[in-house]
Amino acid sequence: MKTDNTNKNKYSLVCGLEIHAELKTNSKLFCGCKNDPFGAEKPNIYTCPTCLGMPGGSPVANKKAIEWTIKVGLALGCKINLFSKFDRKNYFYPDLPKSYQISQYDLPFCYDGVLETSFGPVGITRIHLEEDTGKLLHKTIEKVNSAGREAGLGHGKQVSLIDFNRSSVPLMEIVTEPDIHSAEQAKEYAKEIRKILKYLDVADCDMDQGGMRLEANISLAPIDKNNPSSKLSKLPNYKVEVKNINSFRFMEQAIDFEMGRQAEILNDGKVPTQETRGWNSVKSITFSQRTKEDSEDYRYFPDPDLPPIRYSRENIEAMRAELPELPAQKSKRWATEYGVEERYSKQLISHEIFANWLEESFKICVKEKIEPNKFAGALINKNIRVSHVMSSIIAVEEFKKLSQTDEVADDEIISVITDVISQNNDAVIKFKSGDTKVIGFFIGQTMRKLGKKVDNKKLGELLLNELKK
Amino acid sequence: MKNKMNHKLTLKQTLDKLKGNELTLDELYSDINQSISEQNKELNVYLTLDEKSLEKAKAAATSPLMGVPIAVKDNYCTKDLRTTASSLVLEDFIPTYESTVSKKLKKAGGVVIGKTNMDAWAHGSSTETSQYGRTLNPRNTDYLPGGSSGGSAAAVAANMCIAALGTETAGSIRQPAAWCGVVGLKPTYGRCSRYGIVAMCSSTDSPGPITKTVEDSAILLNYIAGHDPLEGTTATLEVPDFTKSLDKGVEGMKIGYLYKDLKGLEEIRSIFSEQMEVFKKLGATVDVVDAMDPKHGVSIYTIVQRGEVSSNLGRYDGIRYGNDRSFFGDEAKRRVMLGTYTLSKGYADQYYNTAQKVRTLYIKDYERLFKEYDVLVAPTSPWYAKKIGATEGAAMFGELEDLLIEASSLSGLPGISIPCYKDEKTNLYLGMNIIAPMYREDLVIQVADAYEKATKWNSWRK
Repeated sequence: MKTDNTNKNKYSLVCGLEIHAELKTNSKLFCGCKNDPFGAEKPNIYTCPTCLGMPGGSPVANKKAIEWTIKVGLALGCKINLFSKFDRKNYFYPDLPKSYQISQYDLPFCYDGVLETSFGPVGITRIHLEEDTGKLLHKTIEKVNSAGREAGLGHGKQVSLIDFNRSSVPLMEIVTEPDIHSAEQAKEYAKEIRKILKYLDVADCDMDQGGMRLEANISLAPIDKNNPSSKLSKLPNYKVEVKNINSFRFMEQAIDFEMGRQAEILNDGKVPTQETRGWNSVKSITFSQRTKEDSEDYRYFPDPDLPPIRYSRENIEAMRAELPELPAQKSKRWATEYGVEERYSKQLISHEIFANWLEESFKICVKEKIEPNKFAGALINKNIRVSHVMSSIIAVEEFKKLSQTDEVADDEIISVITDVISQNNDAVIKFKSGDTKVIGFFIGQTMRKLGKKVDNKKLGELLLNELKK
Repeated sequence: MKNKMNHKLTLKQTLDKLKGNELTLDELYSDINQSISEQNKELNVYLTLDEKSLEKAKAAATSPLMGVPIAVKDNYCTKDLRTTASSLVLEDFIPTYESTVSKKLKKAGGVVIGKTNMDAWAHGSSTETSQYGRTLNPRNTDYLPGGSSGGSAAAVAANMCIAALGTETAGSIRQPAAWCGVVGLKPTYGRCSRYGIVAMCSSTDSPGPITKTVEDSAILLNYIAGHDPLEGTTATLEVPDFTKSLDKGVEGMKIGYLYKDLKGLEEIRSIFSEQMEVFKKLGATVDVVDAMDPKHGVSIYTIVQRGEVSSNLGRYDGIRYGNDRSFFGDEAKRRVMLGTYTLSKGYADQYYNTAQKVRTLYIKDYERLFKEYDVLVAPTSPWYAKKIGATEGAAMFGELEDLLIEASSLSGLPGISIPCYKDEKTNLYLGMNIIAPMYREDLVIQVADAYEKATKWNSWRK
């Protein structure tokens, strides 16, 4: 189902996103176990009584995970709750060993922020910190040892296994306002969040492995025909939540699909069911998982095992002062300060360390009277093989070598050009019949014959002159 | 081997004799084991005994606690020693880890000789909710030992150990100590780590000693208290040497006498007023003080504790501990149901959140009282131990027995129960509860020690 234009003119998308990202702290959120679920060689090796939910296990909050969450909040312009706490979210699932997840209910660390997109601002409702669950693996037994046989297991038996390496890994959740009005905007927003998390070096956001997960709350609102650009006066009376989306492309497709599906229902004068849907990436459709009517009661209450968390205004300001300049701001500044095009800088700024190295290189370029934009272009086009582990001075040297030209007299070049022209009659005919692409061929030939490095632009001009003769 | 009465020694006496080579660990364990084998069948104190305790004691002989046998409540996870919390759900649970407090005890040279019976999951004040049968009061076997640490208190009273560890949520150390005529010290919430102790009510659970004398409690507390990096609510404060609070007397101290005119305490009133004279003779002033009515404590404790219980017991879902939810006893089921209800959407504000606000009122009330008084005293329990079977059909049995303690437990305050009267006809004891401000176990020990030494109620005193 694709949204046709009539529907697009009739309905406006009302969408909010929930993004979960695993923080890459050394240890888990509430115990000292290693936080490396994807790197673990075997299941259940990074576990202890606390993250296994054993009797008497007790959580101790990871300070770094809390500070990183606040850091992300500050980067997204959020307000910070100086008094915050963890709450228990009670529900049963085999991958949740305590029968409750430690999360945050009414006092998240961060709230009320904003992220600018090229389609308009997206309000950040809240950012909170919670623990990830274990991982369920549904398998068919292939080999049985004697212990397995004793336990009544046999070849071909279907079993469900639990790996608790991921249990209690810090998971940050960023929730937006329903400010997203197109699939493209959703994608841009999510990509920018990922960029910021990676840039702040707090999360790897590996989407394939579930290090970053997307959920979209999607509904449609009719557009006021008389005043199509007017703001929504009220939100639609239903909401469809699409869960378990693990790529930006799938998210875009899922939103488009839902817009089409919901528009058809609305066209029939009905209201789409309030429900949770999943995304089937093979069929490119969403499918119903659970209706919201029997909405669960999580019996939230403050976790008595964890004392409330207090920060002073000074603490927060100190964190804010340590915050690096973010990619978007940096791109803008580089454009005015160094003349580096934003299309380059947006691709290059991936990580704070690399960005600092780049800026250092730009400064050297300026000193050496090289245009930083050309240096940036060479990096993008991989014309120079450099990395931030080498010094900026050496990198700029490399670039200089690449762009250095030999002092060659015009006469010498022209004599080589005449040779090349006389030896490639077919190409000359092609050129004269309007195929200007062969100029590249002539440049290459001339360069080789010449055996020296000359400025491409100058060589091109001379070649054109000769060819037109 | 001369008198074969070494099981009757206090912790202090045992350590002194071991140090002075007047006693060997073989002699000590022989007497203790005999005491256990003679009485355990009838009293039902121990659910599990460590067969290797003498061996372990000998290995600990040079440590400060020199291998003395300690009875430990069965909700402390003990590595390689079955831990059931007196519930059939954990019938075969053998922990692979050690609770911080028992680890500290072992490190100091204490030996966990066995695991004591308790109310299942610590739900109750009688041991009658244990799924392994009730424990009897060693002072008079027609009576209950109290609970939930009833097994530990009985083990001490019956000289089946040298000292014991219990846990208290609201009365679970002090009430059985009172009923069994022994000393029970409930430390400040956060003073001793809860790590590795089967969680009941996480916001009030406090591990602590149950001993023959106040001095013994002070010695044990020295070893089990302190910050635990594995437990988020333990205090980072330094732990003083609590034995320094002994023999200091109470001269010049101001004591507030609580609940004197409370309805239902008529019978105990005259006995208690007499005991207040002891403090006056020792040079302290005693004033009758008005405090917030303790009956609200019962309501808020019931709401808070049931809510936390419903969440804490959710993990016993049948996936991992062998026995599934059908093995829960009636009391646990009742508490889970009530707790689930009070935390439900639409009810949490009415119940749980309101209860937490009232809790703050109690905390403020105690702050007010402690501006004027060094310690506050009151009866531990409204009257003597109840007869066996008393809990039948009395779902709120524990809460009412712990009426006089709950408000202070909810406020996190430290307290001690010491014997303060004995009924010669029944051989049963009454307990006096002494409470102090947060982290002032030293005051509690100081006052209790002075009283104990000035009176005849402690049965281990000559």
